Amino acid sequence: MIDAIYAHLPILLIVLPLVAAPCCVLVGNGRAAYLLALVVSFLTFACSIVLLGEALDHDVIRYELGNWSPPYGIEYRVDIFSGFVMAFVSGIGAIVLVYAPLSVRDEIPASKHYLFYATYLLCMTGLLGMCVTGDLFNVFVFLEISSLSSYALISLGRTRRAPLAAFQYLILGSIGATFILIGIGLLYQMTGTLNMADIAARVPHEHGPRTVLVAFAFLTVGLCVKMAVFPLHTWLPNAYTYAPSVVTCFIAATATKVSVYAFVRIIFGIITPGFAFDVLPLDTELMLFSLVGIFIASTAAIYQDNVKRLLAYSSVAQIGYMLLGISMATPTGLSGGIVHMFNHALIKGGLFMVAGCFALRLGSVQLSDWKGAGRTMPFTALAWAIGGLALIGVPLTAGFISKWLLLTSAFETGRWPIAVLMLLSSLLAVVYVWRVVETLFFSEPSEAAANATEAPLRMLVPTYVLIGATLLFGVWTPYSAGIARQAAIALLGGTP
Amino acid sequence: MSPDHMIWISLALPLLAVGLIAFFGKTPDLRDGASGTIAGLLFIVTASLSIGVFSGERPELHLGEMLPGFEIAFRVEPLGMLFALVASGLWILTTAYAVGYMRGHHELHQTRFFACFAIAIFAALAAAFSANLFTLFVAYEVMTISTYPLVTHHGTEEAKRGGRIYLGILLSTSIAFFMLAIVWTWSLAGTLDFKLGGILSDAVAEDRISQTGLGVLIGLFAFGIGKAALMPFHRWLPAAMVAPTPVSALLHAVAVVKVGVFSVMKVCVYIFGLELLRETGVSLYLAYVAGFTLVVASLVAMTKDNLKARLAYSTIGQLAYITLGAMLATPNSVIGGGMHIAMHAVGKITLFFCAGAIYVAAHKKNISDMEGLGRKMPFTFAAFLIASVSIIGLPPGGGAWSKWFLAVGTVETHQYLLTAALMVSSLLNIAYLVPIPIRAFMKPKSGSPDEPVQETGGWFANLQEAPALCVVPLCVTAIGSVALFFAAEWIYQALLPITMMPS
Amino acid sequence: MTLESIAGLYNYWVVIFLMMTGFYIVLARKNLIKSVIGLNIFQTSVFLLYITMGKVDHGTAPIVPPAIAAEQAHAAHGTTEAGHAAVGHAALEHAETAQGLAHDVAHNLADDAISHGSELAHASTEIIYSNPLPSVLMLTAIVVGIATTALALALVVRIREDYGTVDEERILELDRGE
Repeated sequence: MIDAIYAHLPILLIVLPLVAAPCCVLVGNGRAAYLLALVVSFLTFACSIVLLGEALDHDVIRYELGNWSPPYGIEYRVDIFSGFVMAFVSGIGAIVLVYAPLSVRDEIPASKHYLFYATYLLCMTGLLGMCVTGDLFNVFVFLEISSLSSYALISLGRTRRAPLAAFQYLILGSIGATFILIGIGLLYQMTGTLNMADIAARVPHEHGPRTVLVAFAFLTVGLCVKMAVFPLHTWLPNAYTYAPSVVTCFIAATATKVSVYAFVRIIFGIITPGFAFDVLPLDTELMLFSLVGIFIASTAAIYQDNVKRLLAYSSVAQIGYMLLGISMATPTGLSGGIVHMFNHALIKGGLFMVAGCFALRLGSVQLSDWKGAGRTMPFTALAWAIGGLALIGVPLTAGFISKWLLLTSAFETGRWPIAVLMLLSSLLAVVYVWRVVETLFFSEPSEAAANATEAPLRMLVPTYVLIGATLLFGVWTPYSAGIARQAAIALLGGTP
Repeated sequence: MSPDHMIWISLALPLLAVGLIAFFGKTPDLRDGASGTIAGLLFIVTASLSIGVFSGERPELHLGEMLPGFEIAFRVEPLGMLFALVASGLWILTTAYAVGYMRGHHELHQTRFFACFAIAIFAALAAAFSANLFTLFVAYEVMTISTYPLVTHHGTEEAKRGGRIYLGILLSTSIAFFMLAIVWTWSLAGTLDFKLGGILSDAVAEDRISQTGLGVLIGLFAFGIGKAALMPFHRWLPAAMVAPTPVSALLHAVAVVKVGVFSVMKVCVYIFGLELLRETGVSLYLAYVAGFTLVVASLVAMTKDNLKARLAYSTIGQLAYITLGAMLATPNSVIGGGMHIAMHAVGKITLFFCAGAIYVAAHKKNISDMEGLGRKMPFTFAAFLIASVSIIGLPPGGGAWSKWFLAVGTVETHQYLLTAALMVSSLLNIAYLVPIPIRAFMKPKSGSPDEPVQETGGWFANLQEAPALCVVPLCVTAIGSVALFFAAEWIYQALLPITMMPS
Repeated sequence: MTLESIAGLYNYWVVIFLMMTGFYIVLARKNLIKSVIGLNIFQTSVFLLYITMGKVDHGTAPIVPPAIAAEQAHAAHGTTEAGHAAVGHAALEHAETAQGLAHDVAHNLADDAISHGSELAHASTEIIYSNPLPSVLMLTAIVVGIATTALALALVVRIREDYGTVDEERILELDRGE
C-alpha cells in the first residue's frame, strides 16, 4: 500500500488538488471547503517534499502517465530543480491557506468562499503541474489552468477595479500563452515530439532551419509576459494591487517563479545555453532588459502610496535579478538565480502577508493610512522591517545569499559593471522599504492606526513562519543555495 | 577555561544582557543592575582573553559555513583585542553614566534603549574578533541597524531626519562600495580570511589586478566603510547627534566610529598587507583624502556653537588620523593609528560625558552659554580640560603618543605635506577645545539676574554638578586618558606583531 | 522564392493574416468585447497552424481501415496496446518524412512493440495517414480557448455592472474621476 502510493507520488501531487477542487464546489460550504483545501494543500506539500528528497538521494524520477511510455504518453519528471520549485510552491501554498480564513472573510463575500478555495486549489494544480511535467504541450495546459484560475482569483478583489485588472491580465496573459503555444507548435513541427528530453535531443541548433529560431523567439516572449519581465510587466502592478490580499500573497510568491522555472527549463533543456547565449545574444538582451527593469521598477516603487503596488513594482525588479543570474549561465550565477526564486518567494510572500494583516486591521493598504501603526501593531510592523531588510539583501537574511551569489558570478564572468549596477539598485530598495518603516514607526498615528489592535495570531503566525524562514535561510543554506547549486550543475550538464 | 571558549562567552554575554534587559523591562533597577553586571563580567572575560592574545596566542572559533567557502568565524588578534578591550571597558562606564543620564532626564523607552545598546556592543565585539571580511561585514551591518533606534530615540521630526541621514549614508555606502569591494576581493583571492601579509599578493603577482584596480579597490573599502567618516561621507556623524548623549558617547566616540576605522585598519593590514601597500603606493591618495578631512573637519568644528556638533566634527577629524595611519602603511603609522583608536576613544568619551553632564545639570547645549559654568561644575570641566589635552596630543595625555607615531609615519614616507596637516590640525584642536573649559572657569557667569551670586556657604555649596552616576564615570575616563600616556609602551608592544611580516 | 513556393505555403499566409488581424484587434480596440473577439481570432489562427501542420499529402483520416483492424484483432490478440503504440508511431513517422526531416526514431520504439507491431506497421504503411496528434492537441487548446473566452466575458459582465460601460477609455476616465 505504502509502496503503491510511493510509486504514484508524482501524479498524486496533481490529482490531489485537482480532485479536491470540484469537491470543494460540491461541498458548497465555505468552512468545509476551507478544511478540505487546507488538508489537501498540506498533503501536496508532503508529497513534494518526499519527491524532492527522492530526487536528491537518487536520480530523476520518471513517471509514465497511464503507463504510456514516452514519447507517446506524457512523462512526468521530477529532478532536483523541479522538486525544489514544487516544494516551495506547495509549501507557500499551504502556509498561505493557514493564513487565509480571516482575510478571506474580510475581503470576499461569504457566498463565494467555497468557490474561492476551489479556484485556489486549481491554481495550485496548474503551478505544480508546470513543474512536474516533462511534456511541452502539458506545460501549456497547466500554464493555462493556473492562469485562468488566477484571473478568476484576482477578480474577487473588493474594489471594482479588480475585474478590470483581471481582464487586462487575462488579455495579456492569453497573448503570452498563445505565443508559447505557437512556439511549441513550431518545435513540434521540427522534431515530431512533445517530450522535452526528446525535443532537446532532436532539435537542430546551429545551421538549423529558421523555424527553430522563430519557435525560440515565441517561447521566450510568451514566457517573458508570464514572468512579467520589463517591459512586458504592465499587467502585474494592477493585478497584485487589486486582488484580495490572500491571492496576492500566493500569486506573488509562486506564479511568476514557476514561469521563470519553465523559462529555465526551456533555455537550458531545449535551446541549450551554448546556443542561446553564445550563438544568439539572448544573455546580453536579458541582462539589458533585467537591469533597465530593475532600475525603472524600483524607482517606480519608491513613488507608490499604495503598499501593495509598491511591492508589486518591487517584484518586477526582483524578477530582473533572477534573470540576471540565469543569463550568466555559470553554476554560481544560475544557482543564484534559482535560489533567488526561492528566497524571493519567502520574502515577498511574507511582506504581502504583512500588507494583508494591515489591510485587515486598518482597512486600507494606502501608506498614508498606515501612519504610526507600528505603535499599535508592533509585531506586524517588525515583520515588515525584517522582510524589508531581506528584500534589500542585508547579511544574515535570505536576500543576502542570493545577492552574494549573483554578485560573485558577475565578477567571475568579468561583468563587474553589472555587479556595480546591482548594488546601486539595492539602494533603491533601501529607499522604498525604509519609507514604509518610517511611516510605521515615526509618524503620528492616523485615526485608524491609533485604534487598531495587533493582527490576530492566526495570521501573525504564518507571517512569521515565512519571515522567520527568510532569516533561517540567510544563515543556513544547504537546503536553499545547496540544492540550487546542485540543480544548476545538473542543468548545465553535470560539469561544475 | 580555554581561550576559544572565552570568545563565545564574550560574544554571548551582550546577547544575554539583551535577554535580561527585555525580561526585567518592568523593573528598572534590576534591568540596569543586570546590564551593569554583565558589562563588568564582559570586561573581565575580555581582559583575561587579552593576556593570552598579547603573548602570542590566536584563539579561534568557527560557527559554521553559510555558503561553501565563507563562514562566520572568529579569530582574535592584537588589534581586535585592543578594540574589544576598549569597547567592553567603556561599556561599564557608559552603562553607569547612561543610568544616571536617562533617569536624570526622564527619558522614555529606556528598556529598548539599553537592549539596542547591548546589541551594538555585541556587534562591536563580533567585528573586533572577526576572522574574515564576511563576519566583519555582518557585524558592521548589525551595528548599523541596531543603532538606528538609538539615534531616533526621541522619535521627533528632527530625530527622524537625523536617522534617515544616518541610515541612508551608512547603509548605502556599505552596500554600494563595501560589499562591492568584498565581492571583488573574493573573486581575486578566493578567500576572505584575514591573513597577516594580506591575501591579494598572489592576484597582484599574477597580474589579475592592475595598479589602478588596486587603488580603486582600496578606495571602495575606505569610502565603503562609511563609519570611518572619511569626507565626503561624513554627514551621518553630525546627524546622529540627535541621539541622547550616552549614545553619542559610546556609539559615536567608541563603538560605531571605531568599528569603522578598525575595519579600515584590518583591511589594510590583513587584506592588502602593509608591504603591498607600501610597494605599490596605491593607498597614498587616500592618505591625502584623510589629511584633507582632518584639517577641514577641524575648521568646521570651530564654527559650531552647539557642543555636541563641535565634538562630532572633532571626531571626524580624529578618525581621519587613524585612516591616515592605516593608509601610510608603515609600521609606525599603523601602530600610531591602532593606538589612537584607544587614546581617542577614552578622550572623546570623556568629552561627550561632559557634554551630557552639562546638559543634565544646567540644560545648556551651546558653548556660548557655558561661560562661567566651571565654578558650578568644576569636576566636569576639569575632566573636559584633561581629555582635551589628550585629544590635542599634548603630554601627559595619551593622544601624545599616537600622534607622535603618526607624525613619524608621515616623515618616514616623506609626505611632509601630511606632516604639516597634522600639525595644523593639532593647533586647530587647541583652538576649538581648550577655550571651552577656560572660559567656563575664567569668565564670570554672564547675564543671569535671576541667580544672585552666592558668596556665602563656601565653595562646596555652590556646586551644581550632575548626578554622581554621571560625574564619576567622566572623572574615571579623564584619569584613564592620562593613565594611557604611561601605558603607551605596553600598547606598542602589543600591536607590534601586526606590523611584522608573516614568518 | 518562386511564386509556386509562396502559393504552396498558402496555409501559412492564412495563419499569419488571421494572427495579425487578431493581434491588432486586441491591441487597438478599446471596447472590451472587441478585445475578446480579437483574442479569439488570434487563438484560432494558432489552431489552424497546428492543424495544417498535421496534414500529410494525400493522407486520409488516421483511422485504421476495418479490414486491417480485423486482421490486427486476429493476429495480435491481447497486444492491442502495443499495436496502438505502433500505429501511432507510424503516423508520426509519416508526418516527419513529409516534412523532409529524417530522424532516428527507432530508439524510441518500445521494446515489446517492435516484435508485434512491425508487421502491422508494414500493413499500415500502404495507406498514408494524416498526423492526428496536432488535431488532438488543438482539441485541448480549443477547450482552453473557450474557457478563456467564457471567463473574459464573465469579467466584462462584471465590469459593465460596476462601470456601466465596456469602453476601456471611458472606464479609465471614471476611475480617474473617483
